[in-house]
Amino acid sequence: MKVAEEYPGLYEYANFELPQEELFLPGHGLCASCTIGVIARHMLKVLGPDTVVVNPTGCAEVSTVVYPRTNWAVPWIHVAFGNGGSVASGIEAAIKVLKRRGVIDPNRKINVVVFAGDGGTADIGFQALSGLLERGHKVIYVMYDNEGYMNTGIQRSGTTPLGASTTTAPAGRKVPGNVTHKKPMAAIAAAHGIPYVATANPAYVHDMVYKFKKAAEAEGPAFLHILQSCTPGWRFEPKYAIRVLELATETGYWVNYEIDHGEFRVTLPVPRRKPVKCFLELQGRFKHLKPEEVEAIQAVIDRDVEEINRIMGKEVIGPVDPSLPCITPRGAR
Amino acid sequence: MTAQIVAPKERKVAQKRIALTGNHAVALAVKMARAEVIAAYPITPQTPVVEKLAEYVNNGELDAEFIPVESEHSAMSAVIGASAMGARTFTETSSQGLGHMYENLPIAVGMRLPIVMGMAVRTYSAPINVWGDYSDVMSMRELGWIIYIAQNAQEAFDTVIQAYRVAEDSRVHLPAVVAYDGFWTSHVLQPLDVPEDEEEVMRYAPITRSWVKLDVDNPAQLGAVGTPEWYWEIRWQAVEALRASLKVIQEADEEYGKVFGRSYGLLTPYRLEDAELAIVAYGSIFGLVKKVVDRLRREGVRAGALRLRVIRPWPGDMFKKLLEHVDKVAVIDRAINHGGPLYGPMAVEIAATIQKPVYNVLATIGMRAIDSDMIYDAVVKIHRGLWVPNTPYTVGLRGYE
Ligand SMILES: Cc1ncc(C[n+]2csc(CCOP(=O)(O)OP(=O)(O)O)c2C)c(N)n1
Repeated sequence: MKVAEEYPGLYEYANFELPQEELFLPGHGLCASCTIGVIARHMLKVLGPDTVVVNPTGCAEVSTVVYPRTNWAVPWIHVAFGNGGSVASGIEAAIKVLKRRGVIDPNRKINVVVFAGDGGTADIGFQALSGLLERGHKVIYVMYDNEGYMNTGIQRSGTTPLGASTTTAPAGRKVPGNVTHKKPMAAIAAAHGIPYVATANPAYVHDMVYKFKKAAEAEGPAFLHILQSCTPGWRFEPKYAIRVLELATETGYWVNYEIDHGEFRVTLPVPRRKPVKCFLELQGRFKHLKPEEVEAIQAVIDRDVEEINRIMGKEVIGPVDPSLPCITPRGAR
Repeated sequence: MTAQIVAPKERKVAQKRIALTGNHAVALAVKMARAEVIAAYPITPQTPVVEKLAEYVNNGELDAEFIPVESEHSAMSAVIGASAMGARTFTETSSQGLGHMYENLPIAVGMRLPIVMGMAVRTYSAPINVWGDYSDVMSMRELGWIIYIAQNAQEAFDTVIQAYRVAEDSRVHLPAVVAYDGFWTSHVLQPLDVPEDEEEVMRYAPITRSWVKLDVDNPAQLGAVGTPEWYWEIRWQAVEALRASLKVIQEADEEYGKVFGRSYGLLTPYRLEDAELAIVAYGSIFGLVKKVVDRLRREGVRAGALRLRVIRPWPGDMFKKLLEHVDKVAVIDRAINHGGPLYGPMAVEIAATIQKPVYNVLATIGMRAIDSDMIYDAVVKIHRGLWVPNTPYTVGLRGYE
C-alpha cells in the first residue's frame, strides 16, 4: 500500500511492504479492541523473527503468555515489573559476547526489544530504562502508553493526563481527578543523547511501522513512546479504539514526532486542530470535568503546540478550528 | 589435623601458591571460569570483587561483558537476562544490595537459570553497619538457591568454580550463591593454591549451555504466567532439582578433589567421631571453634565440631549420621532469627533435624569480635548443664548472656 498516494501530503515518506507472516499470533486474552495487539503485531512484522522480546509486568504480559499458551512466535521473557531495561541490557551484552565466542553467528542481527507499559517505563522501571539508555545498549525500548496501571485496575501512573479519573486519583468533590501532568517520556529519553526517539500512534500505522524500522536501524538505544487506547481504562465503546487515538492526534493532545540524532521533526503535521473537547468527550474518564477544567487542559495543549512549532521553526500543528466536526466522516480527510 | 584442606594425594594439575584476599580469590575464580556477562553494583564488603573483574575485562585478561549497572535490582535482572540468553554469568553483593535484588532472586530459580553469585556477607541496617554477619545470606534460605558458605579465601575460590559446574549440570539448573565472611575473609590476605593452567578450570567446569534459553531458532517463553492449574507443578520441579542437587554437589566436590587436590564435603567434621558434645558453626570462625575443641579435649571433654558448608539443599541425613552419637549440640549462629522459635536460623534447622538438645548461641552479630575463650566459656556452661537447651544465649553481647 502506497501511503503517500493514499494520503497525499500527510506523510513525508513512502512506506515499505510488510510481510504476510504473523509473529504476534491470534488468540490472545487482551480486551476487545485493545490496541496493544495492534502495536505488538506490527512491531514484529517490522522486526522479524530474529527478535527477543522482554516484557515487564502489565496487560501485554498477562494476556499473551498464559502457560502453556503463548502469542509470541519469537523468544520472549518476563522477569518482573521494574526491570525491562536491565534484563534487556543483560541480553544484549550476552549476544555481544556470545558472538565474539562464536556461539552465535557474528553476522546475525538479533533485535532486542523491551515491550513495556507506561508504569513499567515512567515509574517503577524508570531507573532501569535510564541505565540502559545511559550505557548505550543496542535495544529498542517500546513503551505502550495507556496512561495508567491497567493490569491492576486503572490506577494512575506517571503518564496519566491532567484531569483523568483513575481508581487512585478518582474524581471527587474536592479534587477533579489526576492533578499531575503527563511525564514527557520521549523528551526524557532524548535527553540521554540516544540516537533515535519517536512518538507514535497505532491509528497511524504507517507512521508507526516506519518508526519501528528506524529504531531497528539505530546504532544504539532507540526509544518509542506509543499512545495506546484502553477501553476499560479510558471508558469508551470498543468500536472507538482507533477513533479516540485519531482524535488524540487531531486535537494536538498527542503529537507524532521523531528525534533522529538530536534532530526534531514532526512526522504527522496537523494543519487545523480540533478542540481537545472532542478527544475528552469520547471517554468516561474525563466525564466529570467542568467546562473551565476542559479549558485549562486546552490551554496546556495550546502551549505545548506553540512550543513544538517554535522548535520546528514553522507551523506544523495548526490552530484550533472550532468549525471542524469532532468525528470526521471516513474518507473525508 | 584440619579437615578443610585435604592433603594433595591425587592432585593432577600443577598449581602455584599465591596470596590473595577472599574477594580477589573469588574474582580470580570467576575469571578462570570464563564468565561471559558480569553485572554488579558496589557495596561494602564485596566491592573489590567487581572492581577486580572490571580490571580483568578492561585489561583484556577476561573476554566478558562487564555491565556497570545502576542498582542491584538491575544487576540481578541483567544476569537473569544474560543467563537466559545462554551466557555464563556472575554477580556479587552484600546486605542491602541483596535486599534490593530480592524481587528477582526467586525468579532466577523459577526460570532455572544457573547464575553464580558471590556474597561477602554483611549485616542488615539499621543501625547502619557495614561489617560482616550472616543476616543477608540467611534471608535467602526459602528461595530455592543453592547456598554455600566458605571458610576462607582458598575455599571461596574453589567453591565458585564448583558452583558453576553444579549450577549448569542438567540435573540441576539452579542459581547458586557462595557466601564468605565480610572482612574476616573478604579483606584478609591469605595464601592459596590456584591452577597454573586456567584451561584446567574450564575442563573441570565447561560451559554446558544446557538450560532453556532465548533462542531465535527455537523460540521459547521464559517467565510465562503460571495459573493455579500449573504453578505448583512447575515450582515443584525446582524443589526437586534442589533436593537432587545434593548428589551433584557432592560429586562435583569429590571430582574437584581428584583434579585440584582439595575437597570439603557438604559438612566438615572435626574430631567428631567419638564426641559427646558438638559445636556447629559456619564461616571463618570455624578456626576458633577447632581451637576450643582441642582445648576441651585436652581437659578431658569429648568435644567435636561440625562446619556447615552447604545449607541449601539441607544435608539432613548426613547431619543425623554425623551427630548420631552426640549428646549435646551447641550451634553458633551468626544471624538473628527475630522472634523465631530459636533466635538463630541454623539452630532452628538443626533442632528440626536431629531431635536432641540444641543449645542456641548467637555470636559475631554486626561483626562483634569474639575470641576462642568466649566460645570456650559458653561451651563449658553447656557441658556443665548451666544453660538450658532450646533457649537463645549470646556471646559477646553486653548486659546479657
Ligand atoms: C514490584 C511490583 N509492584 C506492583 C506490581 C503490581 N502490578 C502489576 S502490573 C501493574 C501495573 C502495570 O501498569 P503498566 O506498566 O502501565 O502496564 P499496563 O498494565 O497498563 O499494560 C502493577 C502495579 C508488580 N507486579 N510488581
